[in-house]
Amino acid sequence: MRAYLSVFRLRLSMGLQYRTAALAGIATQFFWGFLILMVFVAFYSQSSIDSPISLPQIADYIWLQQAFLALIVLWFRDNELFQLITGGNIAYELCRPSELYGFWYAKLLAQRLSGALLRCFPILLVAAFLPEPYRLNLPATFEAAILSFVALLFGLLILVSISMLIYISTFVTMSPAGSLLLFAVLGEFLAGMIIPIPLMPSWMRSIVYALPFRFTSDFPFRIYSGHIPVNEALKLLPLQLAWLAALVAVGKYTMSKALRRVVVQGG
Amino acid sequence: MKLFGKYLLILFKSQMQYRTSFWLMSFGQFFIPFSVFAGLYFMFERFGQIKGWDFYEVALCFGVIHMAFSISECLGRGFDMFSTLVSNGDFDRLLVRPRGTVLQVLGSKFEFTRIGRLLQSLLVLGWAVYGIDVDWTFAKAITLLFMVVSGVFIFTGIFMLVAAMCFWTIQGLEIANIFTDGGREMAQYPLNIYQKWVVRFFTYVIPFGCVNYLPLLYILGKTDGSPLLHMLTPLAGCLFLVPCVLVWRFGVRHYRSTGS
Amino acid sequence: MITVSGISKSFKVAKRTSGVKSAFKALFRREYTEVAALNDISFAIKPGEIVGYIGPNGAGKSTTIKVMSGILVPDKGSCSIMGYTPWLDRVKYVQNIGVVFGQRSQLWWDVPVIDSFDLLRDIYDVPEAEYQENLKLLTETLDLGDLIHTPVRQLSLGQRMRCEIAASLLHSPSILFLDEPTIGLDAVSKIAVRQFISRINQEKGVTIILTTHDMNDIEALASRILLIGKGTLLYDGDIGTLRDKYVDETADGSSSIEDIIVRMYKEYQIT
Repeated sequence: MRAYLSVFRLRLSMGLQYRTAALAGIATQFFWGFLILMVFVAFYSQSSIDSPISLPQIADYIWLQQAFLALIVLWFRDNELFQLITGGNIAYELCRPSELYGFWYAKLLAQRLSGALLRCFPILLVAAFLPEPYRLNLPATFEAAILSFVALLFGLLILVSISMLIYISTFVTMSPAGSLLLFAVLGEFLAGMIIPIPLMPSWMRSIVYALPFRFTSDFPFRIYSGHIPVNEALKLLPLQLAWLAALVAVGKYTMSKALRRVVVQGG
Repeated sequence: MKLFGKYLLILFKSQMQYRTSFWLMSFGQFFIPFSVFAGLYFMFERFGQIKGWDFYEVALCFGVIHMAFSISECLGRGFDMFSTLVSNGDFDRLLVRPRGTVLQVLGSKFEFTRIGRLLQSLLVLGWAVYGIDVDWTFAKAITLLFMVVSGVFIFTGIFMLVAAMCFWTIQGLEIANIFTDGGREMAQYPLNIYQKWVVRFFTYVIPFGCVNYLPLLYILGKTDGSPLLHMLTPLAGCLFLVPCVLVWRFGVRHYRSTGS
Repeated sequence: MITVSGISKSFKVAKRTSGVKSAFKALFRREYTEVAALNDISFAIKPGEIVGYIGPNGAGKSTTIKVMSGILVPDKGSCSIMGYTPWLDRVKYVQNIGVVFGQRSQLWWDVPVIDSFDLLRDIYDVPEAEYQENLKLLTETLDLGDLIHTPVRQLSLGQRMRCEIAASLLHSPSILFLDEPTIGLDAVSKIAVRQFISRINQEKGVTIILTTHDMNDIEALASRILLIGKGTLLYDGDIGTLRDKYVDETADGSSSIEDIIVRMYKEYQIT
């Protein structure tokens, strides 16, 4: 456990070093959120159709996405890991006395947390003071706030398990770009990052609900805005945990298989 | 120009050394805007229109912008990736050759995998042209072509500006995404759906309005001024490249006096 | 042929401090220190000379090469090479020089060497007949043979360096700048490179300016050396004089060039 913790700490302090990058990232994400919201405002402005999600709820949805981008997107890549796998340097990692899955998991987790920690507060703060309808509203209720935070954390764990699968798939395909791109594009759509899930047609929604991606961002953010009421969220939380357990189990299993192959092949 | 062709050939040969990766990337590049377009389609399925623009009109916009973006990303990749050229010192190498820097940087890299994105935008554009309620004339077709060309000029200009920033700092360049990716995302809708200040910025500072809004009005027959003027606005967009080249030159001069 | 007089150049270097607080401050205001890379450097080189340019790491060797090849503009001083001021008439001037940066490559990584050569021919606008003649000569003397049909990534470092040097000579330059051409090479490749350098110098009269940390390069090639330390030119003269001077001073009488240089560095306190 100590080994994981120290990897975690090292990564965290490394990530915090890139301040200029963080500042630029904040500005970019802020602009981005604003742009997306303007499109939604335009769509909502003339439509008399009853929408399944209100504009303020969309605003919450978009701002939380931007603020916690580092926690919810799949296309963050750790080139070091990819090179380790494709370049055959994996042998070094295998010499270490800790279990590889947990080790990499901690590394990826820290990378994302350090990315988000610096960026989320300024974005949330500024977004909270924007004029209507662009404003980030306060959470629906106190319980919703707590619950969405918990859901976001579990969502992050799910996300890291999914990205572990991407890295593991590289053992087979040997092409990091390909796996990453396909996973990222699909995952982004299925997590409601392109358009919010409530706005999708119902057939699409049933696909999305059957998959784990929505638990990474859609689920916590809709709890926050009250679009998913607290009692319903409590019912869905076990499902989220079940997905997490399943993904970790699959990841550990495939990784041990992939590693065995590497060892047999002699690196 | 002949030299440019030579650069293209040698880079194509290089890329073909990694064929599998090339196809995978092209495939992925096809799907990135595809998912965005799917989102757009779903939005129109629900809302029907956006400030009076219907689906095909927006799709036309989308197709033009993404086509322009993919072409300039393919050609101008050298500028897009310029920070590596500076940080590993290879820019010095370009300076000891008897050719202009712009040509050499352009020739330093091409991203042929953008063919995937290009194909996708072509499909969208085809669908939009087919479905849209417009009597196509020769002049309108030419205007459409102008729109794409103008877009290529603007995106290339932005890449060049960002690259010129590398002469001063290579930190925090992420912010440039506002103008490249951000510009692309924004310009895939007709400009007038946005707030006034955004419209102004993207008409007078970075002239996307000359690509996707004013000429679009002409194609749709919604103009209330001279149609010729609207038709020619994309050419004004091309002028954007002039200040970009000047800034680039200034950057090169700065680089040569500091050697950072 | 080459006249450098009074060249000075200083760089601004951002101060880096540790600690979150000062790092946060640096976000908004950076503090700079001026570092003089070159300080009033003057020398002249005649056509057909081979000059070794030596000095410890960070002494200003690369900066001088960059100024002389037109990449950098100096703060002060003037420089005239074949009638050009390098940084003013860059495009016209560089047609006449060849530059080899030992630690970097000018060849395209994934394609056969000959493709890179062909592209360079077009970049430098070399007439076809002249190009073929040069290519033939270089292929023979550098023993390139089949190498030029191999992709660069499959070449060994020594093979690659030979191709790099050939690439810099395709347009028959009158001056060749070699920035650490033997770095990382094995003994056989080093000797091959040295022999070739002295050969083109004798046969084609190419003026050569060479920086290196390998004193055997200097001993084998250069009759004259320039020693630079902390941005100042400390010694300009031939190797023999240097050897006589320092050998006399030492008791044990050892005269390896490496020892002499170490003694010089110590005397001038530039390490």
